[in-house]
Amino acid sequence: MKEYGIFDIIGPVMIGPSSSHTAGAARLGYMARKIAGDEIKEVVFYLHGSFAKTYAGHGTDKALLAGVMGFMPDDEEIREAFTIARERGLTYRFEERDLGEVHPNTVKIVMYTQEGARWEITGSSIGGGKVKIIRINELEVDFAGEYTTLITYHRDRPGVIAFISSILANYRINVAFMRVFRENKWDNAVLIAETDEDISPLVLSEIAQNPHIFQVKVLQAI
Amino acid sequence: MKIRNGADLLALCDEENLSLHQLMLLYESDKTGKTPEEIKGTMAVNLQVMRRSAYQGLEEDAAFAGKIIGGQGKKMRQRYETVQPVCGATMARAVSFALSVTEVNASMGRIVAAPTAGSCGVLPGVLFSLAESHQIGDEQLVEGLFTAGTIGLVIAKNASLSGAEGGCQAEVGSASAMGAGAAVEIMGGSPAQALHAGAIALKNLLGLVCDPIAGLVEAPCSKRNAVGTANALVAAEMALAGIESIIPFDEVVEAMHQVGRAMPCALRETAEGGLAATPTGQRLKLEIFHKPMN
Repeated sequence: MKEYGIFDIIGPVMIGPSSSHTAGAARLGYMARKIAGDEIKEVVFYLHGSFAKTYAGHGTDKALLAGVMGFMPDDEEIREAFTIARERGLTYRFEERDLGEVHPNTVKIVMYTQEGARWEITGSSIGGGKVKIIRINELEVDFAGEYTTLITYHRDRPGVIAFISSILANYRINVAFMRVFRENKWDNAVLIAETDEDISPLVLSEIAQNPHIFQVKVLQAI
Repeated sequence: MKIRNGADLLALCDEENLSLHQLMLLYESDKTGKTPEEIKGTMAVNLQVMRRSAYQGLEEDAAFAGKIIGGQGKKMRQRYETVQPVCGATMARAVSFALSVTEVNASMGRIVAAPTAGSCGVLPGVLFSLAESHQIGDEQLVEGLFTAGTIGLVIAKNASLSGAEGGCQAEVGSASAMGAGAAVEIMGGSPAQALHAGAIALKNLLGLVCDPIAGLVEAPCSKRNAVGTANALVAAEMALAGIESIIPFDEVVEAMHQVGRAMPCALRETAEGGLAATPTGQRLKLEIFHKPMN
């Protein structure tokens, strides 16, 4: 049985009308932006299932777009997301798409950053405003963004995980959950560590020293 | 500290001579390691968001509307400010606040899900109406939110707060039970009376289906929030008068859980049954989405 806290019952503060279709969508957009980690120039949202059927009625489209522009799920600017995107010169588009055997409230977000990188992030809004990211580019992942989340993109090699966890230990950062995902042995891999403490830029720069680690990012809990 | 059900709540309150809101604060502090002051501070922020949403939709030049609803809160205000309302000023104000919050929610405004976005009007309706009629200050209103939280927490653990799982009884029904308990403690009632009020409120809405027109959180949600608010005040009034629920709180919650399980899928937020399936419901859906949804 899950141990609820008072703010699971009285909360969250959010922009209406729907916790799953609006607040969750805003959160997914926001997390996608943080994972990409750069200003977005162009974005395409592929909406699946219930998201595809009712997105306009619940403002799912505005919430996703506002999230990708960096607005939090309780920001009243979400209502003006289309106008703000046009002002910022951000190109956006929504398409209905069957994404297969996934939660009914799922979206695939394809983003092109100012620096020319392409990111493809898929996530589901699983109820009550809670979400999970299920895919980053080619890798299947699974995390919720409720904790401070460390993400590394690295080569699948012995010692990389030990290297990361020893740095976290040195800074007395406690790992609540940690999972590693990879395409194939020796291939590209992603490590997702959800921690109880915040992770400072100093910690990130130490982790980035490892030659097998290409990128390291941290998502603040939202 | 373990809180499994209403019986646990009463036993813990009895042991330490606490009210429900005091118990909830200790529980949360114990669970998160945060100080009671920090926790109360966060709750005070939630109260301010609730207050703004309760008044926003009643203002003269405000335009808070969704695709179906809008402007009903203002109509209620106009009425109770010009005539003697049928159900008294406290009740009429409570209903106007509940309508306002749900209209703000439908228009993509900022609200507190309490316990859900679909039932976000009930607690503000109860609290700010009492604040006006009985000059209740913010500190006590925050306490009321903690009382409401204990009841919501027990329902979440033993049944559900989700319309998709348990129908509207799980959303507006639970919110109404939470509001009833809050009103009782704010007005000086005991923990036992608060749970009787919660049980009475939940019983009155038992079996309520979730059948949103066009799948939107608007109709009948908004008016059900209004009724959930009124129901909370009536249940609190009875409990404060010493009237007890014949079926104890925990058994009512279990009954709600079982009724939710027995409810067909068409009546659990899928917009396939009930009012959503009526000719008018279907017509509105077509007008809004310009296409069939299923």
